[in-house]
Amino acid sequence: MVDLYALFESFEQTPIGDGIKQSVWIFPAIEAVHLLALALLGGAVLMLDLRLLGIGLTTQSPSVIERQTRPWLIGAVSVMIATGIPLFLSEALKLYDKEAFWVKMSALIVVLVYTFAVHGPFARRDPALGALSRTIAGVSIALWLMVAIAGRWIGFS
Amino acid sequence: MDLAGVALWLSETQGSIALHESLYMYTLIESIHVIGITLFVGSIAMVDLRLLGRAFSSTPVSEMTRRILPWTVAGFVIMAATGLLLFYAIPVRTYHSVWFRLKVVLFLIAAANIWFFHRRVQRDVEYWDRKQVPPRSARLAATISLVVWASVVVAGRMIAYNWADCDRPQPDWINWIAQCASYGG
Repeated sequence: MVDLYALFESFEQTPIGDGIKQSVWIFPAIEAVHLLALALLGGAVLMLDLRLLGIGLTTQSPSVIERQTRPWLIGAVSVMIATGIPLFLSEALKLYDKEAFWVKMSALIVVLVYTFAVHGPFARRDPALGALSRTIAGVSIALWLMVAIAGRWIGFS
Repeated sequence: MDLAGVALWLSETQGSIALHESLYMYTLIESIHVIGITLFVGSIAMVDLRLLGRAFSSTPVSEMTRRILPWTVAGFVIMAATGLLLFYAIPVRTYHSVWFRLKVVLFLIAAANIWFFHRRVQRDVEYWDRKQVPPRSARLAATISLVVWASVVVAGRMIAYNWADCDRPQPDWINWIAQCASYGG
């Protein structure tokens, strides 16, 4: 059994984790980029989910919108992970004790699997509008909201 | 009464104190503010990417603005309503924050850009509605929009940090911009 607490403790000793802790402005700067990527991610997800709900760019097929938004979605997720990791390293021990952090990470894993294994492939088959497409879109929005809200809550709890 | 006085007066109202001291209300409002930002900036970014020819190039520009901008407006309403409440919860410190002041200036630039886009750029949209890459003026408006709104988000996020606050020793130029002399009335 790995001692998770000791592992998290060692994360804070890494040069990146320690370097961020020593600076007053690096953490906020990374956090700002993390937030900008969230907005881009939200835009890309919204475009496809609105279409699956039947209220977005309805003249375009879901597969076209999926293809148009995919690079921006992948780009935004990559930036969020690339900025999220150093933020995590700088305060790993604090996060270890925060429920919001574990909720966020669990929801994140679920939503990433869902987005790339269920949501995207579903849209690429150009589904007809209906209860199924609405459910697929609704679950996507709900899961992403959960990640974002739990993330914001980390800063407060 | 000057603006600093208004901020001080607001800070002494019951609603402001209640919000400021609440355990969950402030947190909840700030979370909704972030969701509003995601909806607003995310949807406006998609329209801007279309104007730059970087996404949805087979979709007419007029369809993007007709179908997507209502969501931008909804995001703006959520953002503005929660933003005003966040200001109301901490009026004096926020009024004197250099980041908040920068944010207000950036808002004015963004508003001017929206006016420029709707009045000048969009006027002859029927000629380039279906073009994969819209004309230079539209691309310019889209670039300004992306840069300015991103800066608004960054400046807003920085308001939460206290390194430039009036109640700490600051260089003269920060004291001047933040009008620290009138801090707290």
